[in-house]
Amino acid sequence: MERLRVLALNSTYDESFIRQVEMESGQQISRCYQCGNCGASCNYTCVYDYPVNQIMRLIQLGQKEVVLSSRAIWLCAACTACTTRCPCNIEVTKIMETLRVMSLEEGTVSLKDVELFYKEFLRSLKNFGRVFEAGLLPLVNLRIGRPFNDMELAPLVFKGRKIHLFPSFIKGRKEISAIFDRFESWRRKKEDLS
Amino acid sequence: MKDNFSRTVAYYPGCSVEGTAKEFDESTREIFRVLNVALREIPDWNCCGSTPSHIYDPLLSAAISGRNLAIAERMGFYEVMTPCPGCLKALKGSIEVFNNPLKRKDLLNILDMPFYGRIKAVSVVQFLVEDVGIEEIERCVLFPLEGITIVPYYGCLLTRPPKSAQFDDPEQPTSLDRILEAIGATVPHFPFKTECCGATYGVVRKDIVGRLTGRILEMALDLGADAIAVACPLCQQNLDLRQEQIERYRGRSFKISVPYITQLIGLSFGIDPKKLGWHRLAADPQKLLTRFDKLSKKRPTEPPTIR
Repeated sequence: MERLRVLALNSTYDESFIRQVEMESGQQISRCYQCGNCGASCNYTCVYDYPVNQIMRLIQLGQKEVVLSSRAIWLCAACTACTTRCPCNIEVTKIMETLRVMSLEEGTVSLKDVELFYKEFLRSLKNFGRVFEAGLLPLVNLRIGRPFNDMELAPLVFKGRKIHLFPSFIKGRKEISAIFDRFESWRRKKEDLS
Repeated sequence: MKDNFSRTVAYYPGCSVEGTAKEFDESTREIFRVLNVALREIPDWNCCGSTPSHIYDPLLSAAISGRNLAIAERMGFYEVMTPCPGCLKALKGSIEVFNNPLKRKDLLNILDMPFYGRIKAVSVVQFLVEDVGIEEIERCVLFPLEGITIVPYYGCLLTRPPKSAQFDDPEQPTSLDRILEAIGATVPHFPFKTECCGATYGVVRKDIVGRLTGRILEMALDLGADAIAVACPLCQQNLDLRQEQIERYRGRSFKISVPYITQLIGLSFGIDPKKLGWHRLAADPQKLLTRFDKLSKKRPTEPPTIR
């Protein structure tokens, strides 16, 4: 057994967590009756620590810490098979997305590589207005400490002349960074209010 | 110069077609010329924000992709077409946030551009099926892909989730099947047509892509497919560019061509394979092209070479 964890439900139950997930995702968590369709449909159950139906149950039990630090929420590829097959019409993918946003805010991201990739992606977007693959991927590989990751793909990419060697700057890149700035000040204002 | 196209649609290419999915863009532009539809690229378009901005905050994502929609609306368009299902999801997400009365005001404040949310975003495949029509595609076929077996791979986002995709069947889609049949190919039932390929985990978790993409490639091979037709840059990257990595992971040789549906349509329209970007594919398609040429007897010219 890789994982056997006893949860002290009474002492870790957090009702505000359930309300927050419901509000941010627009989904009603209590509708889930554990049929297991989502977990059975999920292509990633084999790599999850908690299958997605257990994630749903853990939310119902208000287990904020376990859920937000789980590997499962970050290994979800948002393929939406669960959402398509839920007999209760719960948009499970939206819930998983909400959990990722919350996990990022709480600083409990279990897969640091993924977090790093997202940060570099956003930086490329803010600076250029578009994403520059040839710059982004080697940078990410360097920062996750695997500089030669995917090196063998380079000749294939160059053969197809698929890569621009320089980023394409868009004229409106100032507009894009202004969007980022307005978003940040909106978020600060929201945090001050709450 | 005044163009004589029967209709015009706003076109959002997306970042991946500037890089690893160049052939998707090239072949899309080529076939729409034949189909008499003018593509007007959204001027100075920006990245849709993709998953990272969405994870950061859906509102940020909505504002970033909203800029593209706002520009298209300013040009007078009611519909924007994109080849990438990932971009499609972001564009649709922006319209969804706009339609949420609790979030609209924040979105418009952050976007700071006039945006009326009346524009609709569609994929190239949806536009081909619903706006152009299968009959029209069939009418333009000069060289049917007869005797060539092709399995369609839809991936996740083209038809799912049904509420936002609003296109085809989420479990048993048939749009790509019908297009392939219209261009003359033999199309076996493909059981893994909507199973996830492993998405972006090719970068950090190769075992996941090895497993998920691996079984899609194996199924295609076991069905005797000459090619897997795709409509998503990320799926194509996993199935084609990473094919050798997956061969090593699974201990099995695949050597199967993974073209975009638009490249196959273009071939049946008699467009030069080079113009359709066939030479850019990682798994060598020369075998398929030679076979195509041998089987389409009507072709009056030399076999298409791409090297």
